[in-house]
Amino acid sequence: MKSAQQIALDVQSGASSALRELDASLAVIHARNDELNVFLYVDEEGARAAAAEIDDKIARGVSVGPLAGVPIAIKDNMCQVGIPTTCSSRILEGWRPPYSATVITRLMAAGAVPVGKTNLDEFAMGSSTENSAFGPTRNPLDPSRVPGGSSGGSAAAVAADMTPVALGSDTGGSIRQPAALCGLIGVKPSYGLVSRYGLIAFASSLDQIGPFSKTVMDSAILLETIAGHDPMDSTSLPEPAPSLSAHVEDGVVGKQIALVRELIDGADPDVVASVTRAVEVLKDAGATIIELSIPELRLGLSAYYLIAPAEASSNLARYDGVRFGLRVDGEDVEAMNTATRTAGFGAEVKRRIMLGTYALSAGYFDAYYGQALKVRTQMIDAFRRAYAQADLLIGATAPSVAFPFGSKTSNPMAMYLSDVFTIPTNLAGEAAISVPFGTGEAGLPTGVQLLGPGRSEAQLFAAARVLEREERGS
Amino acid sequence: MTLPGSWEMVVGLEVHTELKTATKMFCGCANHFGAEPNTNVCPVCLGLPGSLPVLNERAVELAMAIGIALHSTIAPSTFHRKNYFYPDMPKDFQISQYDLPINSGGYLDLPDGSRVTIERAHLEEDTGKSTHLGGSGRIHGADRSLVDYNRSGVPLVEIVSGPDIRSSAQARAYASELRGILIATGASDGRMEEGSMRIDANVSVRKANEPFGTRCEIKNLNSLRSLHRAIDYEALRQVEVIEDGGVIRQETRHWDENLGVTSTMRTKEEAEDYRYFREPDLVDLAPEQAWQDRIRLALPAMPAERRTTLQARLSAPTPAQLDAVEVVIDLNLERFVNAAIDATIDPVLALARAANELAGGLEGIENLTIEAFCATLHMEQSGQLSATQAKTVLGELLAHGGDPSAIASAKGFEQLSSDSLGSTVETLIAENPDEWSRYREGDEKLAQFFIGQVMKLTKGQANGKAVIAELQSRR
Repeated sequence: MKSAQQIALDVQSGASSALRELDASLAVIHARNDELNVFLYVDEEGARAAAAEIDDKIARGVSVGPLAGVPIAIKDNMCQVGIPTTCSSRILEGWRPPYSATVITRLMAAGAVPVGKTNLDEFAMGSSTENSAFGPTRNPLDPSRVPGGSSGGSAAAVAADMTPVALGSDTGGSIRQPAALCGLIGVKPSYGLVSRYGLIAFASSLDQIGPFSKTVMDSAILLETIAGHDPMDSTSLPEPAPSLSAHVEDGVVGKQIALVRELIDGADPDVVASVTRAVEVLKDAGATIIELSIPELRLGLSAYYLIAPAEASSNLARYDGVRFGLRVDGEDVEAMNTATRTAGFGAEVKRRIMLGTYALSAGYFDAYYGQALKVRTQMIDAFRRAYAQADLLIGATAPSVAFPFGSKTSNPMAMYLSDVFTIPTNLAGEAAISVPFGTGEAGLPTGVQLLGPGRSEAQLFAAARVLEREERGS
Repeated sequence: MTLPGSWEMVVGLEVHTELKTATKMFCGCANHFGAEPNTNVCPVCLGLPGSLPVLNERAVELAMAIGIALHSTIAPSTFHRKNYFYPDMPKDFQISQYDLPINSGGYLDLPDGSRVTIERAHLEEDTGKSTHLGGSGRIHGADRSLVDYNRSGVPLVEIVSGPDIRSSAQARAYASELRGILIATGASDGRMEEGSMRIDANVSVRKANEPFGTRCEIKNLNSLRSLHRAIDYEALRQVEVIEDGGVIRQETRHWDENLGVTSTMRTKEEAEDYRYFREPDLVDLAPEQAWQDRIRLALPAMPAERRTTLQARLSAPTPAQLDAVEVVIDLNLERFVNAAIDATIDPVLALARAANELAGGLEGIENLTIEAFCATLHMEQSGQLSATQAKTVLGELLAHGGDPSAIASAKGFEQLSSDSLGSTVETLIAENPDEWSRYREGDEKLAQFFIGQVMKLTKGQANGKAVIAELQSRR
């Protein structure tokens, strides 16, 4: 499939049209969606209207944006006006938001054509997309395996060539881990770089929207389109979107890159081998490599599994049957709330609501949530010390390649460990990118993770591009 | 009311005031009382999935104005989530301030000279409004419940006093003085009947100088009268419980306005665990000094200062006149009184007409110009109008506006002032020779007899002072 960048160029030049590109995308979706269960909703009508408008603008000589005619898949936890938005939960089934997320508005202003909403772990809680109320998504590279999660649908859409790019959200690794398992570029931007307005919250202090693509350049273009201050999100960074695509070819000459022991410890040997080879490639490209140990990173998982559920327990309180979504009747209002939430939420969501409610409860707050916040502060300090020594860090994205269905569903801890390398970045509010590099078991792709401080996206793309050039030869 | 024996009540008040901003606390919806239900709503104040709050700067300014007026310290503050389920709270949590409020400490001096400390005055959002129809009329056992989210997200400041109040009268004076401050700062319209100021009272009792007793919180007192009655009832109830050998349990109580009693809403054991934690969707609030200074400089004089200023214009105010000063300040009428005094009207007369006639006709105050008020009082002071006539003219001015002398002549008031009063007095002297001679011999009480007769003949349209002047000129 063509890259998003190429599609936009072809559409702008008249070599192709937005409708033609959309038809190509829809043809793949129609051919493979039943098998892979990627899209929960395909907005064919809306997409055709958006594509026709782009073509009409071009015909009238009106300027169109940098994503003109690019079909894009949207994770189904972002609101798009009038389009069913479920978070893969029964509790939101049938709800159509009366407003659009800022990212959707910005994408469409840039000429992108949203084609539909993709599957996810319910409320983005999971690492395999097996927690969806609407069935798991299959990995296009091996349909007996998971695509990762929680943004498994968006990753699969790009991996299956249904769309050249997709949006996901990353709370503890939910973009980077599925990107690694599906052989894609996936970016977790610095906290506040992309507006969260219209992103249905899982854990507000950790959630960020970011891109999936097959090329580094496509992710850079997509991210610079959706980034930048949004007055609707108080936590959004004050400055306009940075220029990213212009820095993709900057290279790594003179950069200090640190291989972090805690970001490969426990990973499969194939994965470690890919990271080791990536380090060599970066070194050959002119980077200085050092090795670091950041012991605080080991505390990330446990802090995350207190902070994220605590915030989620509050964020998910509003699904009470009163105003929207599912309502199961009861004797009185509390019985209705309970019946609705019992029927509407899946097991993993209930587990995390209980965990989070407990962590915030009087008498337990200091020992759990309060302690987790202290660990978070230590994590931020540890990263700050590391970035005093290195421009970027490198490690694995996920401990293994894509795993078979059901292999971790009976053991929540095993599943939670899928995110052990990605979680620290979310806790620190920093940036990271997963780059497909090398292969492991069964020839499946392995992911290498590059990490940087807040607002280091341009450097991350430049380093990722060095690895991409090595892998693709161009 | 006083408590029996050596019992003393200890009261602290939590006053919630809605801020008079154009828009809500976290979204652009209109903050407006009385609109059609569920018309001033948007994804944010309905708590729709994916929506995010953005803090209204004007709400911060009004909160700072309240803090400055209460001598509080404005400090960097944070927002927390207070988590509990209730249908009129769209997110099922309320955004409030917890351990770091915008205003800490402070005090409020009452007209009687007592001082009540302020613990904090923090920002939070209001909930929607539930109406329970049929059945019990409360959420449990009603046939159905309706929710109006127009009020959801309206900015509130909660002002928490120290446990310094010792009587229901003092509680009332505190609430009244605070209301005056809220109105003066422009933070609130102070309309208790519309719910823009709501009070919770923490009440306990103790023997003098003993440690504080266990307190009960009475929720949602919506008038000064309810506040007064509820505190008295509750303090007396607690004394009776203790004197009967019982103990007071810490609990939240409901005030029944019709029955005049408080009853248990929930006990301490049933109290919710609100699971407060920092609101991750908002950033810290740290108003810079220059911003605080702008608010401080723009603040008008507060009621206490205005009261002192007005009192200083009276030579030796009586208790009744001090009450009148309070009324005039409460109702924001001192501009009339000051202008009249500046225009050589007797301060006592100006104060009385403002505290009675203007206070009684507030709904028409827009119709009355300061010039018309002064002109009317001039006519009264010079004897052109009797007190009754002057009141009638003021009533007319408040009802329809206009020119005082035109109103006076249209009502036929002016003729009485000149020769006709003299001839009326002449006639009465001739008809009552005994009374006249006793008056001439120095029996001043008989002046009242003649005034009464003149009033009778003129249907109350004469000026008493003018009658005495006529009598004395013939003595």
